[in-house]
Amino acid sequence: MSQKVLLSAKEINIILHRLACQLLENHLDFKDTVLIGLQPRGTFVAKRLTQILKEEYGVGHIDVGFLDITFYRDDFRRGDKTLEATKTKIDFLVEDKKVVLIDDVLYTGRSIRAALTAIQSFGRPSEIELLTLIDRRFSRHLPIQPNYRGRQVDAINEEKVKVLWKENDGEDVIYLINK
Amino acid sequence: MGELSVKHLLGIKYLNEKDIQLIFETADHFKEVINRSIKKVPSLRDITIANIFFENSTRTKLSFELAEKRLSADVINFSAGQSSVKKGETLIDTVNNILSMKVDMVVMRHPNPGAGIFLARHVGASIVNAGDGAHEHPTQALLDSYSIRERLGDVAGKNVVIVGDILHSRVALSNIFALRLQGANVKVCGPKTLLPKYIESLGVGVETDLRKALNWCDVANMLRIQNERLDISYFPTTREYTQQFGVNKRLLDSLDKEIVIMHPGPINRGVEITTDVADSKQSIILDQVENGVAIRMAVIYLLASKIK
Repeated sequence: MSQKVLLSAKEINIILHRLACQLLENHLDFKDTVLIGLQPRGTFVAKRLTQILKEEYGVGHIDVGFLDITFYRDDFRRGDKTLEATKTKIDFLVEDKKVVLIDDVLYTGRSIRAALTAIQSFGRPSEIELLTLIDRRFSRHLPIQPNYRGRQVDAINEEKVKVLWKENDGEDVIYLINK
Repeated sequence: MGELSVKHLLGIKYLNEKDIQLIFETADHFKEVINRSIKKVPSLRDITIANIFFENSTRTKLSFELAEKRLSADVINFSAGQSSVKKGETLIDTVNNILSMKVDMVVMRHPNPGAGIFLARHVGASIVNAGDGAHEHPTQALLDSYSIRERLGDVAGKNVVIVGDILHSRVALSNIFALRLQGANVKVCGPKTLLPKYIESLGVGVETDLRKALNWCDVANMLRIQNERLDISYFPTTREYTQQFGVNKRLLDSLDKEIVIMHPGPINRGVEITTDVADSKQSIILDQVENGVAIRMAVIYLLASKIK
């Protein structure tokens, strides 16, 4: 197994700031917009973006939620392991809101497909956008593309993109791992 | 964490503590799901479940059916009263006929203890015991413990007394197994005639004075007298039973502390519990019913994960 650094802490920080600005450009005061981080690892991206938007760009209030998609996945009973859920925390309705789904890595697109179904349980959004920190190009199983992407990566199937966060893993860094 | 150690839910006796924690954590997620505006998830859309009830039930049957439907499973219902069982069909034949219609899971209630175990040995589907005679009623015990955990934060170390007809109660036996497994202290209380002889061997205390038992406990689980299973007279009159083993507001108010009151239903108001107690804020009877759906969703989800 070998691994190389795809993005350093400094690069991640620059990219997050750019993504925050892009969101700001389209959503301005975030009055009709909600950010939904996908569990488990999209929540870190959502929290960081919220922090940047509030602290550095003076956005007053942003609705942020975390969505677990386990029960909506299309591979139930297809693997050896029981699919384990994590916590969903959405304390607002998404009815008529602009929803931005946020995840760390976009790969086959199946998680996003599940998230699109799952979010409907909380109302009918006026529109849904997708933001991903890493977009693994050419590996999609479904016609799903991000509206905001941090970095596009050409990774082959045996490779894995691993995103680490300071608050959870001790440092901000993204690795490309060859299994 | 990970997966259940069993393929069927036949009784709490066959579970370990990790299984119970996994069921509770999964139920936490389902509880959030059933409080959404759309209360349904698509996980089990390719699973078919048969609910076969050879004994009457309201709550359990509705709760299972709702849990299955909230998980998007296809559901068929079967009640022995309206079936070929009356024409002399055996249990295995009945179930095999149902299974040949491509059913993946069977939820069964049966008056004979061990019926679920027998079935699990002879048919291929995943079996959930929804009560087998006076033996076990595992989902009831799980939802009882889950409700205690929800109200008191933890089950371990809590004092729980089970009051009433322990002899004929599958709820009592499953609860004793579940509570002991999670490290709670358990006592049973009731007329001596309705306490099994060797009940202490399960690690529970025996108390025949209700006031003493209630003063000792954090939680009192009040059971119904199982009139349909009383073959002989176990106590002189219902009135006398109520005087000695029924809880009322005056008794509760005279205790040293505020205890939690549970009841698995159906309640015989005025017998084991008075109306003012059943509807008081100390009672978590309706929470138990709500939690029942989440617990059954968790059990079915985790067992269905193991169907290949």
